[in-house]
Amino acid sequence: MTETGSSRSGRFKVPRVVISAVLLAILFALYISIQPRGFSTYVLTIWSNQGLLLALAAIAQFFVVLVRGIDLSVGPMIALTNVVASYLISGSPAQVALGVVLVMVVGIGCGLLNGLAVVVGRIPPIVATLALGSLYSGVALLLRPTPGGAIDETLSDALTYDVYGVPTALIALAIVLILVAIPLRRSRFGMSLYAIGSSRDASVMTGIRVPQMTLAAYSLGGFFAALAGLYVSMLTLTGDPNIGPSYTLNSIAAVVIGGVALSGGVGSPLGAALGAFILKTISALMFFSNLPPLAQPFFEGAILAIAIVLGSLGMLRVRSRLERFL
Amino acid sequence: MTSLVEFSAVSKSYGGIPALTDVSLTIEAGAVHAILGENGAGKSTLMKLLAGVITPNGGTIKVDGIERQFATPRDATALGIVCMFQELSLMPHLTVRDNLLLGDGGPMLRLIGGAAVKAVRASLDSVGGSHIGLSALVSELPLADRQLVEIAKAIHRRPRLLILDEATAALTAERVETVFAVIRKLRDEGCAILFISHRMYEIDAVADRVSVFRNGRHVETFAAGTRNRDEMIGLMVGQPLTELFPPRVAAPAKGVVPLLSGRGLSWERGLDGVNFDVRPGEIIGLGGLDGQGQQYLMHAVFGVLKGVQGTLTLDGKPLGGVTPRRAKAPGVDIALVPEDRKTEGLILDMSIGQNLSLAALSRKPYGLTNAAGPADAAIARLTERLEIKLKSLDDPVKTLSGGNQQKVVLAKWLALSPRCLLLMDPTRGIDVRTKAQIYRLLQELAGEGLAIILQSTDYEELIHLCHRIYVFYRGRVVREMSGDEVTPDALIAAALNAHSNTAST
Repeated sequence: MTETGSSRSGRFKVPRVVISAVLLAILFALYISIQPRGFSTYVLTIWSNQGLLLALAAIAQFFVVLVRGIDLSVGPMIALTNVVASYLISGSPAQVALGVVLVMVVGIGCGLLNGLAVVVGRIPPIVATLALGSLYSGVALLLRPTPGGAIDETLSDALTYDVYGVPTALIALAIVLILVAIPLRRSRFGMSLYAIGSSRDASVMTGIRVPQMTLAAYSLGGFFAALAGLYVSMLTLTGDPNIGPSYTLNSIAAVVIGGVALSGGVGSPLGAALGAFILKTISALMFFSNLPPLAQPFFEGAILAIAIVLGSLGMLRVRSRLERFL
Repeated sequence: MTSLVEFSAVSKSYGGIPALTDVSLTIEAGAVHAILGENGAGKSTLMKLLAGVITPNGGTIKVDGIERQFATPRDATALGIVCMFQELSLMPHLTVRDNLLLGDGGPMLRLIGGAAVKAVRASLDSVGGSHIGLSALVSELPLADRQLVEIAKAIHRRPRLLILDEATAALTAERVETVFAVIRKLRDEGCAILFISHRMYEIDAVADRVSVFRNGRHVETFAAGTRNRDEMIGLMVGQPLTELFPPRVAAPAKGVVPLLSGRGLSWERGLDGVNFDVRPGEIIGLGGLDGQGQQYLMHAVFGVLKGVQGTLTLDGKPLGGVTPRRAKAPGVDIALVPEDRKTEGLILDMSIGQNLSLAALSRKPYGLTNAAGPADAAIARLTERLEIKLKSLDDPVKTLSGGNQQKVVLAKWLALSPRCLLLMDPTRGIDVRTKAQIYRLLQELAGEGLAIILQSTDYEELIHLCHRIYVFYRGRVVREMSGDEVTPDALIAAALNAHSNTAST
């Protein structure tokens, strides 16, 4: 047994987030070079708006994946909150404010329900969120069978344009990330979430309230899905019950690309957001490339599938490093 | 001294198997209380009860004279009872700092300040962990450092009762002394310490009182130093232990054709031209420091490694393209008892009976009918022969103690009546009595003509059980020893490759 622990120095490793950031920068440069309009505030704003939307979905997914769960209802929750927003976010400023609060309550409620099914009902996350997700989609469809409704345009304008050339979406994302990152890294609450994902047994032994913390993680997932739902409303100015499906898979792919381990306990909201922007940039690249439009879903699907497969590899690694025949 | 925790007539059973029967025990503040017992004696059940991981079936536990029931570890920690389980109390993906902070029970939502971090550093330094960085990930620490972090984490909570389960198993003597100094200091401050260790000299060094457990019962409690080691072992085992190592069966004559031979076995990641022979009725040992290629040789023979160069010969005929499936097939008859019984040897959630019949599944009737095959009869004979202590074959295998689990792994392979048995560290973490049983069994099997390859980290085992020993160093056999050559000194020297390489193949 060697006891010469060199753990204080250690080999320097490039943080995962830096790799994602560099990849994003390269992709973004590529995108600007083939985008016919070149670099402009308009192009940057569109890019940021699309990116923020998926980033919020990815952060929703992040909280659930962090505690070793998975949320297949991210898309349906976005659709439901979007539909609810299309009824509530209009009228006087006070009404709009109340509407925003109610939309968030709907999101948190859905997340909490997911959490209860997993923690109290002891249903595996993948089944629980799939089942409840189709319930949320169903409610959205009942509430608004066809796209429609209205959204307050002042709020929408404020959140989807730019301030002195800086897209509001990027400012909003920066604020969200800072507000999330500090408690996540520096409070015992945030550490507990990482702890549960890292080792449930050790967390129990440490005296962490695992059930309550898991519920909190799912509820935070619902909260951020509702933020994404709100932001969809800001971008589209309508409520559409059918926007959900693509966000679920995209949010999973985004967290995986952003370095969040599907086995829990590893990753950061910043990573999830970077993963989201990387995905969005890739699909924007594809839009402006000369690929036939009908082939694009195939390539997007292939990229998602590859990202998820690569991300899952770590999860399936066997204890020993044997190369098996079987 | 005041009693901190009092057990009265406490019992606990798992699925009908009693793990702890009618235990009454007092733990006093300001004393180090050592718990002694073989594996399966009830030590870990006792600790789990105190830590709130499990609840008793009968009896009462009083803390400070008040009867308490702990449903979760949180309840136990609220009363100041902190348990350091082996490798169970750390979160691998978190930093050392976060691991220690999470245990201190501070407010959940407030941001953590510098004072809390300083306190963490102080706790870690006090157990001799000043070389460990707070921002290091636990998963990247060597085992010994991880153990220090676990101890620091337990101490960081300022426990009133600290339970240490084999807390020092991975530490060198020097580090152990630092940890003992901390234990004594805590004791002098009035903390009660429950100390579980298999190392007798550690108990001599640190314990004030000793309680012996056997078969789930509390046998006796006495002040440390009033019994000598032999008496303590006698109490643990219940009877004087007959010779640990049985007499060796005679080695097969030189002329006997080897059952299995390897020539020039190489594997790019850890084997370099290894030759070996094993004859029927012979026990050969694979020795050396840990991880010098002994394990790879076993895996290569059993066909688990990909891309192995060299040749294997069975009964004088070349044996190519081995896979585990072929290795165990009739006509080849090789069996492997793997290193880690919990992940590679057993399927813990399945019943004992199912585990026993797993290896024989590919033999008729392929597990398709309930009809008892010849293997089932063999299993019944083997559970008796190996003295596996079990209530029912239908109980999950994880309810068995470590020693009995290992016997299940052995029985599962012996049921196929192999001709060659590969054993990877078969007695690791097993109590003395079961060890002795396994040693006797191996000699009997060799006497019946089995060829046995034994890899072991225990020098005593190699010296007393094997006819010949191959000593490994960096993927090569650096020395082959037999007969009088085999002494502990020679073995260690060869393992360290201290010799000149004249004897290398």
